[in-house]
Amino acid sequence: MEYVISVLLSGISVGGQYALIAIGYTLVYGILRLINFAHGDVFMVAGLMGIYFTATMPFSVSIPLVLILTVVLGFTIERAAYKPLRSAPRMSVMISAIGVSYLLQNTATYITGGQPMTYPVIPFLSDTVNVAGTQTKWVVIVTPFLVLLLVFALTMLINRTKVGMAMRAVSKDFETSRLMGIKINSVISVTFIIGSALAAVGSVLFFTNYPAITPTAGAMPGLKAFVAAVFGGIGSIPGAVIGAFLIGICETIIKGLPSAWDVSVFSDAFTFALLIIILIFKPQGLFGEAATDKV
Amino acid sequence: MKQSRKSFPVFIGIAILLLLVILLENLSAFIPNLPQVFQPTSPLFTVLKKAAVYSLVAVSMNLLNGFTGLFSLGQAGFMLLGAYTYAILMVPAVQKEQVYYLFGGCAFDFSLLDMFEGIFGSGGAGGAIAMILACLIALILAGCVAGFFSYLIGIPVLRLKSDYLAIATLGFAEILRAIFQWQKLGKVTNGANMIKGFPTFSNFNITNGSGETVLRLSTFVPFLISALCILVIVLLINSSYGRAFKSIRDDEIAAEAMGVSLFKHKMMSFVISSFFAGVGGALFAMYVANAQAKAFTSVMTYEILLIVVIGGIGSVSGSVIATFLYVACSEWWLRFLDSEQYLGSFQVPLLRNGFRMVVFSIVIMVIVLFFSQGIMGNREINIGGLLKKISKRSERRS
Repeated sequence: MEYVISVLLSGISVGGQYALIAIGYTLVYGILRLINFAHGDVFMVAGLMGIYFTATMPFSVSIPLVLILTVVLGFTIERAAYKPLRSAPRMSVMISAIGVSYLLQNTATYITGGQPMTYPVIPFLSDTVNVAGTQTKWVVIVTPFLVLLLVFALTMLINRTKVGMAMRAVSKDFETSRLMGIKINSVISVTFIIGSALAAVGSVLFFTNYPAITPTAGAMPGLKAFVAAVFGGIGSIPGAVIGAFLIGICETIIKGLPSAWDVSVFSDAFTFALLIIILIFKPQGLFGEAATDKV
Repeated sequence: MKQSRKSFPVFIGIAILLLLVILLENLSAFIPNLPQVFQPTSPLFTVLKKAAVYSLVAVSMNLLNGFTGLFSLGQAGFMLLGAYTYAILMVPAVQKEQVYYLFGGCAFDFSLLDMFEGIFGSGGAGGAIAMILACLIALILAGCVAGFFSYLIGIPVLRLKSDYLAIATLGFAEILRAIFQWQKLGKVTNGANMIKGFPTFSNFNITNGSGETVLRLSTFVPFLISALCILVIVLLINSSYGRAFKSIRDDEIAAEAMGVSLFKHKMMSFVISSFFAGVGGALFAMYVANAQAKAFTSVMTYEILLIVVIGGIGSVSGSVIATFLYVACSEWWLRFLDSEQYLGSFQVPLLRNGFRMVVFSIVIMVIVLFFSQGIMGNREINIGGLLKKISKRSERRS
């Protein structure tokens, strides 16, 4: 029983961390129709920045700094690598995203020297707590609540503010919203800023619970978060969050299965199998809108 | 008639190229005291071998991405299938015990190499024939296995739209990688460990009785196989099927209206591309002399995709040129960026392990952003046209 609770708890927290990344994917995809392959690497860079800044600065300075710099990074990537290709075919933008991901990974390898870096112990988040007889870190408990809070704030932003309305309009129809006087570029920038900020929060939570960061550490959580976004219906925030929690829980369950079955290698593969299944049977995802082709 | 006259110079060009490779490779044996570059251990030959292998994979990816307009990111997965098929079929029975020592031997004691050596003998000309036949059949089977799996996965995923297809094929490659690392399949795939001990390129070097190398063919072999496969792909692209592929790329709906069966042609392109990716994977295994699932990550697919982009999406000759440039830069010409360099007594800043890849990825980003046509765009090098130009120019001179 205790084992089950601990597996579930860590599943929920991993799911929450994926959810924070998945929102970035789903927002960007909703507006630009672009799989932002670099998003997972932005998440990894946020983790690395966390390591470097906490080494020299107190937490009260370094963590906000990580947030700000990650936002700047996301903004810059959009302006430098995606904006020039606004009118190019979708494939070119995706290739550009892959190029950015390659660049971020290689730069991270260069700066860290390719060595795995250990994430600092953040007070409170890394402290252990006793829940129903199992020892876990506070981060595991905090994550789901923080995620729900952020998602609530985000849905408020999207449904109640002018920027949110503009985002919804742009995701419905790019050209028409431009005709209505919406500044497309600033809306897209806001999208990237929100996505990167959430990824930075996600990185603090994710890596606190993780032994080390390597330059490729962002790729796999990134892809999983994308699968979560597809699962929930791309463009839908609640969908992405539910998908992420589901994937997080399933993954930790697979990792927690008896080692005699030796199925833990499939924890990543499971996510992709889920993706292929969902794409075959319900391509629009759980909460997505079915796309229609106009001839 | 016109077609054959057009393709004739191409054959001549390829034959000359292959001859040059043999010459280049054996230069050091005939002329002593050559500069280090021409010695068999020089990075030149590593680059040539790797580029020959990669160019096949790049062209196979271009067939799919550039000519059919299907954005697939599963190339590494199909290469993995090819590499493992080749490796498992070719490890000699005597080696199996040692290779699979963690799992107490291999599940099946069959080896193509042993089979043919049983027929033709293992030494001399018989051994050579056995080796060539076994390799050839293993390569074809490697392609077939990759093609078969691509058919299975193609049924569901080819109905998807561009970016979903990309992520689904990427996911499929990751699933394959997990399956091949599964310890339960250790008796076949050797788990997460590498399979080695199968014939590699250097086994094609002809040796005399006392074990001295008489004629080096280790660079020639990958060139020959890649050239043949690329030739087949080019012929396919120029056929009526190729035109159907291009029509799908340009406008699916229009193509369907013209009577091109979308699914059939997409599947065909997908399976053929995967077949050659499988052969490329087997060649890759021969190049690195081992087969290990760890090597075939999505980074590999990205690398090949970037090569295709640099060469120009929709140009076979562009892909080949870009592969040679890319491999030469990453393995040889830009190596100096990875170690500390001094200009006189001044230490050049930034140069440190890993800097090469940073420079490299910046160059790639510049190409992607500002030269989206790549080296060749969608044009091809026309050997016949080149020859004509040269002959015209020399006529004018005389």
